[in-house]
Amino acid sequence: MKNVYINSVGSVSSQNTTDDADFLKEIISYNDTTIPALNPNYKDFIPPAAARRMAKGIKMSIVASKIALQKANLETVDAIITGTGMGCLHDSEKFLSAIIDNNEEYLTPTPFIQSTHNTVGGQIALEIQCKGYNFTYVHGSNSFESALLDAKMQLELDEATNILIGGVDELAAHTILLNKAIHHIKETPVESSKVLNSNTKGAIYGEGANFFVLSNKKQDSSLAIVADLQTFNTLPIQSVAEKAREFLLANNLHPSEIDALILGNNGDVEFDTFYNHLATTDFQNVQQFVYKPWIGEFNTASSFGVLLATNILKTQSAPKAFQMNNIVSSQYKTILLYNQYRGENHSFTLLRQC
Amino acid sequence: MSQGIAITGMGIISAIGNNVAENYNALVTENIGITRVSKIDTIHKNDIMVGEIAYTNQELETLLKLPPENNYSRTAFLGAIAAKEAIKHAGITDISAYKTGLISATSVGGMDMTEKYYYQYLEDTSTQKYIAGHHAGDSTQKIAEQLGIQESLVTTISTACSSAANAIMLGARLIKAGKLDRVVVGGSDCMSKFTINGFKTLMILSDTYNTPFDDNRKGLNLGEAAAYLVLESDAVVKAENKPVLAYVKGYGNANDAFHQTASSENGDGATLAMEKALEVANYKPKDIDYINAHGTATGNNDLSEGRAIIRVFGDNIPEFSSTKAYTGHTLAAAGAIEAVYAVLALQNNVIFPNLNFHTQMQEFSITPEISLKEKPLKTVMSNSFGFGGNCSTIIFSKEAK
Amino acid sequence: MDALKQELKENIIEQLNLEDMTTADIGDDDMLFGDGLGLDSIDALELIVMLDKNYGIKLTDPKEGRHIFESVNTMAAYITEHRSK
Repeated sequence: MKNVYINSVGSVSSQNTTDDADFLKEIISYNDTTIPALNPNYKDFIPPAAARRMAKGIKMSIVASKIALQKANLETVDAIITGTGMGCLHDSEKFLSAIIDNNEEYLTPTPFIQSTHNTVGGQIALEIQCKGYNFTYVHGSNSFESALLDAKMQLELDEATNILIGGVDELAAHTILLNKAIHHIKETPVESSKVLNSNTKGAIYGEGANFFVLSNKKQDSSLAIVADLQTFNTLPIQSVAEKAREFLLANNLHPSEIDALILGNNGDVEFDTFYNHLATTDFQNVQQFVYKPWIGEFNTASSFGVLLATNILKTQSAPKAFQMNNIVSSQYKTILLYNQYRGENHSFTLLRQC
Repeated sequence: MSQGIAITGMGIISAIGNNVAENYNALVTENIGITRVSKIDTIHKNDIMVGEIAYTNQELETLLKLPPENNYSRTAFLGAIAAKEAIKHAGITDISAYKTGLISATSVGGMDMTEKYYYQYLEDTSTQKYIAGHHAGDSTQKIAEQLGIQESLVTTISTACSSAANAIMLGARLIKAGKLDRVVVGGSDCMSKFTINGFKTLMILSDTYNTPFDDNRKGLNLGEAAAYLVLESDAVVKAENKPVLAYVKGYGNANDAFHQTASSENGDGATLAMEKALEVANYKPKDIDYINAHGTATGNNDLSEGRAIIRVFGDNIPEFSSTKAYTGHTLAAAGAIEAVYAVLALQNNVIFPNLNFHTQMQEFSITPEISLKEKPLKTVMSNSFGFGGNCSTIIFSKEAK
Repeated sequence: MDALKQELKENIIEQLNLEDMTTADIGDDDMLFGDGLGLDSIDALELIVMLDKNYGIKLTDPKEGRHIFESVNTMAAYITEHRSK
């Protein structure tokens, strides 16, 4: 089986991740219940005629994927695999509220077209004229991981050479109200650095698009190796540490051999227990990072975790603001990521230096 | 030689029947499921026709023995019914005996409940249980729970009208790669006001019965349905001494990269998908005995698909038909519905008729099968194409090799 | 008629999100589709809704739009003849 490399990344997030020059140099702190992504200059990436109908989720994805392609020195790829928990949510809301408000009259097609989950993958294909394999996964917090797993399988079996994968989700006004009503979003603003100790229900929500070129060919731009990945639809809290050990053992690793553990804590007092359980048991002596307090929670937020891991492996340094404990590794060769959302759709991802 | 992946069980619920036997009976007796809308309150009820499932949500809840406080969308109800039939049909009594996953497809997810309570959610706490059930993955999680699939690989695919074909493709690849021993694959989509109005804005809904591949076709009828197949590795089939219904022999997915909703004039994506599937199956076009076409009865699809079929098969076009006149276009479930029909065709050596066809299309001379035809079948090709340029083809075969 | 044409240009720009354009960029005889403004079949559907909403004109077949939407002139002429509001 062939190795699978992350050859490039492209990102639009609520942090400085779009430009290489200031990539995560200064970490922006927020004090809100939702964190929108920073808008790059879309016109630099998307022709106006194409951009006029694009939802924010599509625009963020096109920018992220064009950057990733450019950095991998590619015009196109063999396949495009997208993960999105909710798709272009703003347009879905727009179409649904128009149906209700106008009693099904005078509806226009554009928001409906954008509401279909695969519109992102379809429009990237249109933009880069890629007629290859094109899948979209929409499985909550395992949407991005499903895309990663699919790509990894194809590359290992040499069914493709270069695959563009990504995770994207967007914020939308009504869904924010709904998620506040059921306490999935916190009631009051919390400063980024205090999110983990907020001791309240719900998370700070965010949005963003992180795309990656995966390949079974190493090149100068290669950033990391995707060593392994496993997803679980359910996992009781008492099994998390055991599953993590099994996952590492399958890769001939012991928890003590991990240089960094990147966790998906989002400050939800009800569900951070899953992460804390790992952090305080098998991995208590491993350097630990979190990122969701600074980019918000969304179904594909874990794609930012992979972006962070990739960056740590490449630069051998990590943003201090994201560190959760006081341990500092002397080098970063192997990084484990663990993610779940509200106790469902768990994933372990193992990245290695290449 | 390319090895097929064994299909050992299947389940279905559609406008023409609540299980596999009822669906087959309707197919061979030409009993269509298209009617006026009865379960959704829409101003378009006199302008459109749909393929509805007879059961109400309350009836489905009772069938599944769910407590009244459940937050199932209709998509989840339908999916659970069909997936359970598939598991039972495959003779599976202990789901944990092998590494078992679930790949489900949906496009509407829990939209049926969201559109009912969108504003009410904010005031009426009794409706709020449905908020978290909106996202597409929720119905899949519920189906997994109904089947007892835990701590495993479970995911959801949404590529519009090709979704379930892609779920079958991923499932077959996961077994081939040794990631799973057994996988339940398929899709579920319920009728919703959202989809009715969405397709209405695209002006591709027929005001009467849909007529695939007919020169005077006026558009599609939406349908609701769910269907699942159980795929198992050779090792499981051997160890359990399982009867195999048919094999997933080939699959191909490609993107038309032409337009956000329309297919290219010459069906580039469709052609690529069929060619890839033939290549994976290690078949030549002449090896295909019947094509269950996507055939939605929109002006655009049937022309584009017909041209693609001609491109792939040349002068030797096998019998083809679309079964959408029976069920309507069941969107994300369509690929799984038609996979069940493909297996039924193989098992019974019959080609299901393309109903409502009267007038030959002017653009080409190929004609679908319009009455039930008995023919020894070894292979069936099934096409599913969707918005976003997504084109998928699956080839089913009686033989593994 | 000129007022209607001006109104149509404003509505086309707004409805189709042609944010970089002004009404001065659209000539009365300019082709709206194809080589002209470059509108596509989804825009045609958007314009059909505009006819219905603003002028009470209902088209049932998108093909009917082809000639009506050739240019602002053809649109204005059709609307003037068929409008019910």
